[in-house]
Amino acid sequence: MSGALASLPVSGPAAAGGGRRSGARVLPGFNITLGFTVFYLCLIVLIPLSALLFKTFTLTWPLFWEAVSSPRVMASYRLTFGASLIAALVNVVFGLLVAWVLVRYNFPGKKFVDALVDLPFALPTAVAGISLTALLAGNGWIGQYLEPHGIQLAFNPNGVVIALIFVGLPFVVRTVQPVLEDTEKELEEAATCLGATRWQTFSRVIFPSIAPALLTGFAMAFARGVGEYGSVIFIAGNMPMVSEITPLIIISKLEQYDYAGATAVATVMLVISFILLLVINGLQAWQRKRSGGSNQ
Amino acid sequence: MSALTSRTARKGTTEAAWVRYVLIGTALVFMFLFLVLPLAAVFTEALRKGWDAYFEALQEPDAWSAIRLTLIVAAVAVPLNLVFGVAAAWCIAKYEFRGKSFLTTLIDLPFSVSPVVAGLIYVLVFGAQGWFGPWLMEHDIKIIFAVPGIILATIFVTFPFIARELIPLMQAQGNDEEQAAIVLGATGWQTFWRVTLPNIKWGLIYGVILCNARAMGEFGAVSVVSGHIRGQTNTMPLHVEVLYNEYQSVAAFAVASLLALLALVSLAVKSLVEWRHEREMKAISELPPERPTQPTPATAVPV
Repeated sequence: MSGALASLPVSGPAAAGGGRRSGARVLPGFNITLGFTVFYLCLIVLIPLSALLFKTFTLTWPLFWEAVSSPRVMASYRLTFGASLIAALVNVVFGLLVAWVLVRYNFPGKKFVDALVDLPFALPTAVAGISLTALLAGNGWIGQYLEPHGIQLAFNPNGVVIALIFVGLPFVVRTVQPVLEDTEKELEEAATCLGATRWQTFSRVIFPSIAPALLTGFAMAFARGVGEYGSVIFIAGNMPMVSEITPLIIISKLEQYDYAGATAVATVMLVISFILLLVINGLQAWQRKRSGGSNQ
Repeated sequence: MSALTSRTARKGTTEAAWVRYVLIGTALVFMFLFLVLPLAAVFTEALRKGWDAYFEALQEPDAWSAIRLTLIVAAVAVPLNLVFGVAAAWCIAKYEFRGKSFLTTLIDLPFSVSPVVAGLIYVLVFGAQGWFGPWLMEHDIKIIFAVPGIILATIFVTFPFIARELIPLMQAQGNDEEQAAIVLGATGWQTFWRVTLPNIKWGLIYGVILCNARAMGEFGAVSVVSGHIRGQTNTMPLHVEVLYNEYQSVAAFAVASLLALLALVSLAVKSLVEWRHEREMKAISELPPERPTQPTPATAVPV
């Protein structure tokens, strides 16, 4: 998301080295800003999240297991993770293509296209949901040409994948773009002079240097897809066992006042998002190490 | 170097013309199908029955109350997250302390929590069966299915936006200018307002824009805590959902078109900020080497 800023060097060793201890003493405000940060973090994020875990611990194991592994819930996991995986893979391919075209080539309207990439970040998910549905439904702009051929993209799992491609695209483009901008042309020139074809240069020189960023973008798009709700529910059709996503299961359990069941499923989702967050953090550390190493 | 080698080298770092055109074409078709068409569909569907029906849909009292509620929610959530973002960026970027990277990870946490789960946790804390539910009921305070719950859920989902923009920016800028100001006798506040703030203003605007767009457009988390009371606890995205499910397509897309306009304005401001930032960076790199490497704001610190 910090597209423009991610390319800036992150705190140089100079700042962390000699000036570190004296800096801590010279600049005022450490205690108050840290105190406020931790206080606000606890109040808004940590205490409410811990409520979820405490509530889960009050459930008995059989009750918990039944809530998170009933056939309808299992079907929703399959759909949520399967659709997120497919959408993230599509986004890796087309996200890389869009980033490549934006970094390497010039064409009219390039700045406009570049700005448009962030649309899924800025457009409310509910708006994306109803407008994708309007496009792909049987009487929509796109749907009317596909329906006669037996291709149905709305109100079934296909719709879920399409909505998730929409929300996930900027994650891949915005993580790959700055790295692609930083790759050194000299390496490519060297590869060419040594007799590599353009494709060899791409697959052996350029691709390895952007692979960590691509993987990070993939993980981010996947994580976003797993939790996504607003854009999906309009287009999915929400048929139990077929096109019902896991967040919707939580909502429908809540509407039936089944707080225990909703909490159990939510805990499963929360644990999965923690794991994904750790994976993404690990990938970003790897990426920093990679790009730090190649600059020296 | 001879002209021949440099030409081979240039040819080696780009593709044949037809490959370029195919790649650009494919990328543009993909962007058109997935981004431009949905955006265009919002406005076309909203105007399907003409401008009169469009404005009529927007003048409905329920639509008005949804717009008002959305503005109130953003007006509370964004400033709170702004103050938090600046404080968090200050302590994380300007100092070294143990557990710093752990704190940064925790700040990112709301990004990876599903919006539905974000709404649910507040129901578990403040709802009728939650921790404070009985106490709140006794004192006749409503948080869930009322405006405070909506604001809390919105603060949660927009929590990291501003901090995330500012932390890398302030880390890159280092402490030197602030230390100079302090040594010359400025107070902490003077240093912040006159040295730090001018340096981070573009990142700050950028973060606020993103935070505001998400705050006004949040759907999942708000939908869990709002209770969907028409005219009272429906924000604009929720109102869109209600209208859409009632098959009032034109009215739903009319309200949706306002949100889409908001998204377009956010994108425009964001691009302007980025271009300004780029221009400033370019101007700095063109300065002679003995000049300072940062844009020097007017730092006449009164002693």
